[in-house]
This record gives sequence, structure tokens and C-alpha cells, in this order.
Amino acid sequence: MKLKLHVWRQKNAKTQGKMVTYDAPNVSPHMSFLEMLDVVNEDLIAKGEEPIAFEHDCREGICGSCSLMINGVAHGPQKATTTCQLHMRTFKDGDEIYIEPWRAKAFPIIKDLVVDRSAFDRIIQAGGYVSVNAGGAQDANCLPVPKDTADQAMDAAQCIGCGACVAACKNASAMLFTSAKVSHLGLLPQGQPERQRRALNMVQQMDKEGFGNCTNQYECEAVCPKEISVRFIARMNRDYLNASICGSGPEKKAGGGED
Amino acid sequence: MSWFKQFAQSSIGAKSAVALTGLAMVGFVVAHLSGNLLVFAGRDAINGYSEWLHSKGALLWVARIGLLAMVGLHIFFTIKLNLHNKDARPVAYVKKTYTKAKPTSRSMVLSGLVLLSYIVYHLAHLTFRVTNPEFAQLDVYTMLISSFRSPMVSLSYIVGMVLLGAHLSHGVTSLFQTLGLNHPKYNPIIRAIGPILGVVLALGFSSIPVSVLFGLVQ
Amino acid sequence: MNLDPKIPSGPLADKWTSYKGNAKLVNPANKRKYTVIVVGTGLAGGSAAATLAELGYNVLCFCFQDSPRRAHSIAAQGGINAAKNYQGDGDSVYRLFYDTIKGGDFRSREANVYRLAEVSRNIIDQCVAQGVPFAREYGGLLANRSFGGAQVSRTFYARGQTGQQLLLGAYQSLERQIAAGKVKMFPRTEMLDLVVKDGKASGIVVRDLVSGKIESHAAHAVVLASGGYGNVFYLSTNAKGSNVTATYRAFKRGAGFGNPCFTQIHPTCIPVSGDYQSKLTLMSESLRNDGRVWAPKSSGDKRSPEQIPEQERDYYLERKYPSYGNLAPRDIASRSAKEACDEGRGVGEHGLGVYLDFRDSIQRLGADTISQRYGNLFQMYERITGEDPYKVPMRIYPAVHYTMGGLWVDYNLESTVPGLFVIGEANFSDHGANRLGASALMQGLADGYFILPYTISNYLAGVSRDPVAASGEAFKEAETAVKDKTAKMLAINGKRTVDSFHKELGKIMWDKCGMARNRAGLTEALAKIPALREEFWQNVRVLGEGESLNQSLEKAGRVADFLEFGELMCADALTREESCGGHFREEYQTEGEAKRDDANFAHAAVWEYQGEGKAPKRHVEPLVYENIKLATRSYK
Repeated sequence: MKLKLHVWRQKNAKTQGKMVTYDAPNVSPHMSFLEMLDVVNEDLIAKGEEPIAFEHDCREGICGSCSLMINGVAHGPQKATTTCQLHMRTFKDGDEIYIEPWRAKAFPIIKDLVVDRSAFDRIIQAGGYVSVNAGGAQDANCLPVPKDTADQAMDAAQCIGCGACVAACKNASAMLFTSAKVSHLGLLPQGQPERQRRALNMVQQMDKEGFGNCTNQYECEAVCPKEISVRFIARMNRDYLNASICGSGPEKKAGGGED
Repeated sequence: MSWFKQFAQSSIGAKSAVALTGLAMVGFVVAHLSGNLLVFAGRDAINGYSEWLHSKGALLWVARIGLLAMVGLHIFFTIKLNLHNKDARPVAYVKKTYTKAKPTSRSMVLSGLVLLSYIVYHLAHLTFRVTNPEFAQLDVYTMLISSFRSPMVSLSYIVGMVLLGAHLSHGVTSLFQTLGLNHPKYNPIIRAIGPILGVVLALGFSSIPVSVLFGLVQ
Repeated sequence: MNLDPKIPSGPLADKWTSYKGNAKLVNPANKRKYTVIVVGTGLAGGSAAATLAELGYNVLCFCFQDSPRRAHSIAAQGGINAAKNYQGDGDSVYRLFYDTIKGGDFRSREANVYRLAEVSRNIIDQCVAQGVPFAREYGGLLANRSFGGAQVSRTFYARGQTGQQLLLGAYQSLERQIAAGKVKMFPRTEMLDLVVKDGKASGIVVRDLVSGKIESHAAHAVVLASGGYGNVFYLSTNAKGSNVTATYRAFKRGAGFGNPCFTQIHPTCIPVSGDYQSKLTLMSESLRNDGRVWAPKSSGDKRSPEQIPEQERDYYLERKYPSYGNLAPRDIASRSAKEACDEGRGVGEHGLGVYLDFRDSIQRLGADTISQRYGNLFQMYERITGEDPYKVPMRIYPAVHYTMGGLWVDYNLESTVPGLFVIGEANFSDHGANRLGASALMQGLADGYFILPYTISNYLAGVSRDPVAASGEAFKEAETAVKDKTAKMLAINGKRTVDSFHKELGKIMWDKCGMARNRAGLTEALAKIPALREEFWQNVRVLGEGESLNQSLEKAGRVADFLEFGELMCADALTREESCGGHFREEYQTEGEAKRDDANFAHAAVWEYQGEGKAPKRHVEPLVYENIKLATRSYK
């Protein structure tokens, strides 16, 4: 099939970008969306034009590298699918496709369709872990976890950190991402000791990164390739309110003893 | 109080403030409607209710100031959140498609702003009686009837109330989520409560101008 | 080349304990005076970097992805083995050890494998403590499933995303150490050379993939955890970015490369659909728990699967290997699929596929149970093929998946270059000639959490605590070489794209050095690869500039190394004149089964670089079996 692509091209973070139109004359319906872009790129190189930079790695929907707003929808029209798993059979001959990068202040564009998502790493750094060193953990079966709790934690833990939630949100909010991690760990017994400070610190970092606020419209859930539920946002709100209002207040720095 | 400052400045803190002030206003609106509906019980009922309210003096003013504070805080935090939201996406998409967001939820700012101007008009019209100074002499019942006989006034009230319904149909359901109340067992109720309340309130309030226009209440 | 494996003395079961008891330690106050470089942030690199930082070392950690969480360990689906014996089905450390050695066709080192089986139990404890949401039973205890090559259920899993969950556990620990300031993380930074100073690994040269800047970093020790080289085949289940560059550069700097020809072809992948195909997608081995593999009995049978009656189906794994059935090890299952297809019994458009059928399990257990177990895999299959595996059997075909070969390491996980440690898939390690399912995750985490932290301390205790700097002749020379190479690639401006070279190389490798190899084919490949490499350096077209994000340039550098490395693989495959595990030489077989030659090849082949244009030199590390009797592997 034949397609017309409108692609955002931007040389680097400092320059202005613009939409550029390309023809994709030979697209097979069995191709993945990224394979379609590979073919377009091979043509561009043949013509001596720089190929379109886009992010990808595992191409099996789990690493979270690939992104792309496709016709205004994060990861394109198919539900619960990353761009790398989106196949061209979803489109029809003659379609025009708009391809844009994730857009958010917290995700500055590096080049073309590649954005910097390191804000997500910093949110995890703020508390998205259980503080346990490698070494003397107790036997894994000492602490039973009800199956449905473990299942729910897994529902949240599936997040691949792609950033589609931010891209789709009209406010570029990172609540779904942040809440998935807060909930994953907050649901499990292992995550209880740090539950309050985790919620406080991760939300604080999320705000600091310049993400917008949630207005409960759930576009995030609709585009999430792992179908992570907005239920976890409510859960994080609850944890955050609880930690703010009932918690012990800002931490005091420990005097010495580190290392 | 550093924790409180941090809380109020946080995204979730500010949203909770919007939710809680919104909830307080919903409470007011429900009470207001129940008062208004007394018009169907006749002139004495509603006038008596009005006199009873006014007899409270200082207490009424506490309520009014409290309510005003709710409105003020609701608007303050909304503006704050909104500016922040605008800032969070400095370059807009060339093409953006919405997949799940409902029109009511996407027009919260618009419906809110129109509601605000409606409230200003409503206060000037019936509470402070600035627009129609002659009302100062009248009792509540007569004032209502004579106002709503004007199709323009009635229409503006009905439009205001439809927008109120729209605003609340997203807002009320949404405040549960913001305050952390989301549970698969109760979600069907939570999802329904906003739209139901919105429709009931819009119909309830609009029933009065409509009844007056059609001469059902005189 | 000194290939002393440095195995501690004493009985097999006590070696690791006695090693730990006698290893040199670095006192806590001195640990912060040492800097360690870790390249790669998968299960091995991520867990190692986090653990070293927890101990107090300063860690510089590098990955080419935009975040350490994207390393390809994330794509592992099925599970992780551990000798917990929670099921009470007769598992033990010894049994896991034995299964692994046997699965690897007796081509791995006893002491290393035993240690792996021993620490496997700690991994599960550690991961659960980190909050990894493993699957559980209603009683709240951990669930297990079975995997190929074992007759016990010892595989722990988190739906079909076990690798993801384990990696996120390691990633979170790593992020915690980044926040604590103990790890300095360099994402989007690719290692392009190893710096060896005074005979010791002293640092690396990297390219910042965003700014294009080429820089050096120095450390007291360097850890490579850069994964495998399956992408030499172009089409593999590896991530697009996975590459051999880090380990191959180390090889060129003097590290011995062990068994490069040992590659694992995974039996259950989605077949290729066209020449635009950019990668292959694995369907977890766990599917073979409930799916039955079959091909039509008669060749050229083009009927659709539901029209082929039961008696005309050949459930060839169950027929040939009745005791293991569909859970035969990967190399055997792959080769059997190839045989069926070679006999013209393959299914699908190109005849390169066999069925993996869930009809019977769905009848027995119900679609709900199957969906609970494999829902996300079924969904992934449907996304890619457009077919619903609940109704139509899956079509699968083998694909390159894992490389057992890698840089040679001793018991300390140290390569032949002092101070250069290699962990995870990047080393030649524990899997011999074939890796069992769910053992890669186990090895990566064992190396990173529980083995390297001890062995590297043992090394560092003997190294000067003086601060290190990326200066001196060795750094300058390496940096200049990298810059020159980059400039050269950009200057060629020929006619062919990087991908076209990569595809061509991949085809040579797959045809001649893939599931079945022979002397003629390998000799042919050894002639073709240098010619292709020659053309690459004359005719490749890399557009754009060096001083910015340039994905073509990144690819070009990786493919340039694959074009050299492919030759090494073929040379290794040619000189190993036996069939073992994933290495199947057509000349050496009995009735279609691999014929091992223990008299002449019970060793690891280790290659030493001899300089540009010279053939690398082959060394051997004899494999001494003190506890296990070498036997012909039988899964019948």
C-alpha cells in the first residue's frame, strides 16, 4: 500500500522543528510501524537525506524505547500496543499519517522523534525502590503475599516507562507512571516500611520535573500499552494524602553514620 | 507548617483543595436547590424559608464568607494548576486526537468560567439586587416570578444550570478519584454519581424558570 | 595466553564457601577510594553496579540506551530457575548443577556451574525482598512452572514478563545508588574501546551518543556486562541495539574470546514474514508446558491445520523424546523443527514453520486458564501475525536467541586481561554449548548480586588505592583510534546503507554458521565475510555528522565490529570438529543426533587476537570433570 507521512523533523534541542512530508510507496501490511520507517529511512539515505531519528530497541513491546504520536494518538490507533508492535494492517492504502514526538516540557526533544525521558529515572531515584542491599534477605517464602495482592502489584509493575501517558495527557502529567511504581511497591509487604516517604518524595520529584497535573480524563489509561489502570492514580493520591496529613512530616537529616 | 506549604504546593495537594472546595460547593448547591424548590410549595413556604435564613444574621454571613472562600480557593487552585498545565506542554501537537476524555471533562475551565460570570450576575441580580434595584422592596417569591417572566433572564438561568450540570457531571465523579476513592466494586456508583447529580441539579434548578415561563407557577 | 581457571581446591560443594572465606577484603573506609566501571545495565550489569555501590565502591555505569531500565534483559519472558525445591519434587543444588551441565552438553566448567546453582536460591530471596511481584499460589507462597531440560518445576516467574520484573528490581536498586551519589550513570553513552595500561584494564573510551563527544573514563577495574552478540545474524530475538562492540574491543585489547561459535537457536519464535523484517520475536519456552509441537506427517501438505486429522499429524518431539516430550532442550527442539522443514513438512507461506498447538490444553484446562498463563504472549502473537492462537495453532520457527560464547573468564569472572571482569551473557560462562531455559536470568543476577562483588573485592584488595585519571599514552592512543574510525566511516560516503551490509552478513552467518554447520559452508563464509568487510569500508554510506545524535553512525560502528567478529565465529565453528549443544556440525552426527567428541574437544576454545590482518590464535582450556561422568546426552 501507499502512504503519505507527515513527520516532525528537528535537528537538535536548540533548533525549531517542522513537519516534513514523505511518501511511503511500498508498504506491506505485515510490516510493523517501525519497519515501515526503516524502509522510509533506507530510501532517504539512498537519496542522500539524513534518516529520521526515532527511538526503538527491543521491538517486542517491552523495553519502552519506542514512542511516537501517530495521528495524534500515543503509540497509534491499536489499543494496548506499542508502536513497535503496531502493524501496518491497521492502516489502509492512501492513508495520511502524522508522526510526532512525545511533547512535554519534561521530555525535551533531542532530535526528530527522539526525546529525553530521563525525568522518569529521576522520579524512580526519588523513592521507587525498596531499600534492601544484596545479601542477607530472608527466605523468599517467609512472607506470604495474598495472590490477588501480588497480581495487583504485578498489574502496576508492568509499566514499561515509555511515557505514552505523559504524551497523551492534555496536561503532560506523569501521574500514571508515578502511581504505577508507588502502587506496585505500596501494595506489597516488602514496600510498607518506605510507603509514606516513597509517595511523598516521588510526587515531589514528579512536580519538580515540570509535568502537569492530572485532571482525571484518563487519556493515559486509554493509550497505555500495558493498560495500567487509573485506579493506581487514586491509590497514589490516597497514599500521598495519608502521608502528608497523617505522616510524621519532613524528614530530618540523620547526623553522621553514613557509609 | 512547612509540610502544609509543601502539601498545598504539590500537584496532589492543590487538586485535593479543588476537590474539597468543590465538594463544599456541591453541598451548598444541593441545599440551595432544596430551598428553591419550596417555590412549588407556594409563596409562604419560600418566603418563610428566606426570612428564617435572614434571621440568622451573623451566622448567615459566616456561611456566605465561607462559601465565598470556597469559591475563591476553588478558582485560585484551578488557575494555579492550569497555568502549570499550560507550562507543561509548551509546544502543542500538530495533530491530537482524544480517545477517552469526555466533552464535559475537556470543557471544565470553560464551563467553570461561564459559571463564574453566571454567579456574579446571579448575586448582582437576586442577592444584592444591583441589576434590578426595584427588587429591594419585594419578597423572594414575587422577585422570582417577575424575574423569570422575562424569557431572556430565564434562558440565561437555564443555560447557567446546564453548564453547572456539565461541570458537576465530571467534577463530582472526579473528586472521588482525586481524594483516592476508586474501587472496582464501587466504581459503577462513583462513575454514575457525577452525571446523575449534574442532571438532577440542572433539571431541578431549571424547573423553576420553565414553570414560571409556562405559567405553571404564578 | 594464561587460561588458568583458578578453581579453588576442595570438594565441589565447598569451593565457593571456602573461596569466600579466604578471599581478600577491602576495608569499608577504603572501598570509597576505588572506582569501578560497569558497562551495560541489564540483569548482570545493573545488579553488579548497584551491589558494588551498596558495598561502598564508586561506580561509573554506562549504557547506550536512554535509561538503564531498557537493557534487553527486560525482554526475557518465561522465568528464572532456582534450586529452592519449594515444590518438594526432588530438586536440589546438585540437580540444578547437573541439569545445567548436561543441558550444556558437557562443555562448561563444573565449579562455576555448581556455584551458580548454589547462589540461585539467594537470587529469589533477594528479588522478593526488592518487591519483585513473582507469581504466587492462593496460599501466598511462590508458584513455579516447568521449563525445558528439567524434570522438576523450579522456574519462578512473573507472568510472561519475568525478565522485566527482575530487571526493574535491579534498576531500582541502581537508581537508589544513583540518588545516593555512589553510582554516576552515563545513559546514551556507548563504550567504543577498552584501555589497558601497564597490563591492566584501566578504563574505557566512550561516545556520548547525544553530543557525539568522544571521552575516556578511568577506573581501578572494568566490568563488562554488555550482553551477547546474536545480532551478528541480523535477524535475532535480540534488541536492535544489542551488539558485540564492547566485548570485541576487549578481545582486540587482549582478552581471550571463549567458544564464539556457541549460539543458541531458540525453537519457539514467530516465523519471518518478509525481507523488510527487522527482528524476530520470541514466544516463551514456557508455552511448551501446555502447547504441543507438530508438523504434518506428509511433506507438501498445504491444508490448513484444522483440516489435518490427528493421525496425519506428527508430534515429533513427543515421538522422538518421549520422556521429555515437548520440553526437550532448546537445541534439540530447534534442530527437530529444522529437520521437519527440510523434509518439506514446514507450514506457513514460506514453509519455514511448525505448529505449536494449544487445542488439547484449551480443551483440558479451558481457555481462561490458558489465558491466565499465557495471555500476554497470545496477545503479542496476534498483534504480530494477525492470527488468534486460541483458534489457530501458533506457527513457530527457530531463531537466534542467545550466545553461550563470550569473553573467557576464570572462576573470579576475570578475563585474561587483569582487572577486566566479564559477567552475564557477555562472558563464555556457565552454559556450555547450550543454555537451558530460564537460566540466563539466573546467571546474570548470580554474577551481579552474589559473585562479582566478592571476586572483584579480592582483586581490588591487591590494587593501589591511588586515584586514577584518564590520561597517559594508552588513553590517548585509544581515543585517537576511536576518533579516526568514526571520522573514516563518515568520510566514505559510498552507495550502500549500513543495514544492507548487516543483512548480507546476517544471511551468510545464518546459512553457514546457523543451526547446522559444515566444513564447506564455513570455509565459504570465511571467504565471503572479509570481502564484505572490504566492501563496507569502501562503499558504506553514513550520513550526518559525528557531533550529534547519529543513529546511522552508531549502527555503522556496531556492524563494522560484527563484520570482523563473524569471521571469528566461523573460524571457531570450523575448528570444533564435533557436534555439541547448539553447535551442530553435519559431519558429526549419529542418526540425526549430535555426536560429541570428548576425547578431542572436551575443552573451551579461547581465541587470542594477533593484530590487524592476522589470524587469531586458538588456545584451549581443558574441562576437567571430577564430579560428573561425561555421558551422551539423552532426552529420549
